[in-house]
Amino acid sequence: MANTIALAGNPNSGKTTLFNALTGARQHVGNYPGVTVEKKTGQYKIDGHTFQLVDLPGTYSMTAYSMEEIIARDFIATEKPAVVVDIVDAANLERNLYLTLQIIEMGVPVCIALNMMDVAKSRGMHIDSARLSEFLGVPIVPTVARSGRGKKEVMAAAADIAGAGPSKTTLNISYGEDIDNALTEMVPLISGSGLLTDYYPARWVALKYLEADEQIVSAGEAANPDLSRELKKIADRVTRHLSATLDTYPEAMIADQRFGFIKSIIRQGVIQMDTDEQRLYLSDRIDKVLINRLAGPLIMAGVLLLLYHFTFVYSQVPVAWLENMFGALRGLADAHMAEGLLKSLVISGIIDGVGGVLGFVPIIMFMFFGITILEDSGYLVRVAFMLDRVFRMFGLHGSSVMAFIISGGIAGGCAVPGVMATRTLKSPKERLATLLTVPFMNCGAKLPVFALLIGAFFAYNKAWMMFLITLISWGGALLIAKLLRMTVIRGEATPFIMELPPYRLPTVRGVLIHTWERTWQYIRKAGTIILAISILLWTMMSFPQLPAETAKNYEAVRQQALAEYPAPVRNELRKQGGDDSLSPAARELEDRLSGISAEKSQAALKYSVAGRIGTSLESVSHLAGFDWRTNIALVGGFAAKEVIVSTLGTAYSMGAVEAEQSEGLSRQLANSPLWRPLTAFSLIIFVMFYSPCFVAVVCIAREAGSWKWGAFSMGFNTVLAFILAVSVYQIGTVLGF
Amino acid sequence: MKRINLRQMEENQSGKIVAVNAAGELGRRIRDMGLVPGTEFRIKGRAPLKDPVALRMMGFTLSLRNSEADHIEVEVKG
Repeated sequence: MANTIALAGNPNSGKTTLFNALTGARQHVGNYPGVTVEKKTGQYKIDGHTFQLVDLPGTYSMTAYSMEEIIARDFIATEKPAVVVDIVDAANLERNLYLTLQIIEMGVPVCIALNMMDVAKSRGMHIDSARLSEFLGVPIVPTVARSGRGKKEVMAAAADIAGAGPSKTTLNISYGEDIDNALTEMVPLISGSGLLTDYYPARWVALKYLEADEQIVSAGEAANPDLSRELKKIADRVTRHLSATLDTYPEAMIADQRFGFIKSIIRQGVIQMDTDEQRLYLSDRIDKVLINRLAGPLIMAGVLLLLYHFTFVYSQVPVAWLENMFGALRGLADAHMAEGLLKSLVISGIIDGVGGVLGFVPIIMFMFFGITILEDSGYLVRVAFMLDRVFRMFGLHGSSVMAFIISGGIAGGCAVPGVMATRTLKSPKERLATLLTVPFMNCGAKLPVFALLIGAFFAYNKAWMMFLITLISWGGALLIAKLLRMTVIRGEATPFIMELPPYRLPTVRGVLIHTWERTWQYIRKAGTIILAISILLWTMMSFPQLPAETAKNYEAVRQQALAEYPAPVRNELRKQGGDDSLSPAARELEDRLSGISAEKSQAALKYSVAGRIGTSLESVSHLAGFDWRTNIALVGGFAAKEVIVSTLGTAYSMGAVEAEQSEGLSRQLANSPLWRPLTAFSLIIFVMFYSPCFVAVVCIAREAGSWKWGAFSMGFNTVLAFILAVSVYQIGTVLGF
Repeated sequence: MKRINLRQMEENQSGKIVAVNAAGELGRRIRDMGLVPGTEFRIKGRAPLKDPVALRMMGFTLSLRNSEADHIEVEVKG
């Protein structure tokens, strides 16, 4: 497209910093269709002409090896941007130029932003960019993206190229006699029949056949099977020859020659070094402490604790504001709407639903703020480096730790930001296994359930029980991750070949933009679905309503209770209900009335769809020790785990039970003949492992890129939790607990 | 000069890559990061559990697992 400029470059080359500097907050973040790779676009105006800027995913190469590479490559080939601006880290020239060569070979107009000139200079490197430009045949503009230096010049150079109309850069690197001969043979065949040449230069297609690039070979096969076969024959011949004579294969040979080419041009006066190359840079000195074998893990534990604290403690202030706001709204609706269904829908369905969605926003914001700082500073990769050995045993990745901790690895987190935190993982299989297992952690909403049950049955050993629960959830999550990686997400561990970038001070703009983007994505993408589901669940727990007959009976009982007390008592209660200063008689009446309404709520709940599901499941759930009341509460828990305690309260005719004040319910459970410590433990296990709440399921589906995985986590987790709970209950029963 | 496996190298030891014996995705990934024959580097350190290992090379730091280092042959002094 004539007015599109694509930014390409290595990760950590300052590509996104330059993009932010160019577009400011005027950028749009979405996903590439069907995948979870972020697509960032923005606008840049120069001389009255508006360019569409696309920030391609950072890659080290242009092979079709990772999602990021395929996307970057396809974008350049099929969207045909007017210019590709390749951001090259000047302090890291050799490796960065490897990608540059591959972009130039694709035959698109290229302009290089030689970035981080300040860092290179501070390392004593002098780069002759004019000379480099001559060697590569493309314009080069020195930049410092952090301060914005050179950004105008780069765009001016890019606009010049774009204005000059379609031009092709060619750079024919020699790949050694064998490959060069094969290229000479293949190129005329390809250009003669125009195989894929709408998108790629013939020489590039030939190279990909030699490299046995699956994407290009299969595209070629589809376009022209005969020619494709012939090209493959030539490639096979070269492969056999290289294997016999040099013990190598074309792909390796091509890569070696590319690096050889880079080394040779750099040696011809492109870089001059002031100082000894082996001296320790500041980053290396910091690493001496931060990834030290003893101090490293201790500091890491501190940093992770701090991130956790920051995410969940500091966010409480805005969370409280939101809660107050929604509390006020609820009060307003309560005061001004007539009793009935509509009121219930507005309060329990809509206000609570929207409140539920927005209640996560401050937590997500704080988390991404913290994680972005850790990520941009370069520390996050070090955490992965230190923990990789442990997590790899379970088929995960060192980077998984962050998601686990946020989700409640330190009890009290939340799986919603936890699932979103898996975005820092670049390995697709490990990422999927992580986001499917983080919901097993003990999030803040499960804690009231545990507190209720521990208070009722294990009060003598609270601290130990909590510790045991934390251990079980970690152990369970890791083992299930291993199980998933051996079955549904089978596959080799993704290579851990990662750059440990130099420590850098994050830019304020970068952190704010990043935090805001991700939070906004949550609100926009997840919010609407969650609201819809919240209303659906409200419907399930409210319909069908009690038959008029039954409702009338409760009203009659109520009237009868009222009639038993003299008028002054009734008036007193009407005037100051719920007050401690009530007379004994009035209080007695109040208790009776709330008892009746609690019974009515219980009957209504049992009569609803959710209640019927819970009741009909009793025949199965008794294997785990759960009766219909528990079942209904667990059905409610699909919406949000907080609902479990309050629904249990309703099911036990306790009226509305606040999650934080469940002593009454706790006593009732402790005294109930249906409950014993084993039942409570079985329920704890079930709650720990069963389906994530809907908000988390929606996030899982979004992050995994498919509803299939959202459904999987609901189904698989629930079945698994049930098997575990039944085992606990049955084995415990046999052992006499 | 002697040829050893990258896994066997000590902290702070320097070496030069002589061969990368990995094909497919792993081989590609190793080469894309500049680990090709002729590249010189130094072992910067190892993670607390001795795996992965961090290398200093060509102006940047790279980490890889021991199981990946197994595919890389190096030439060291001594």
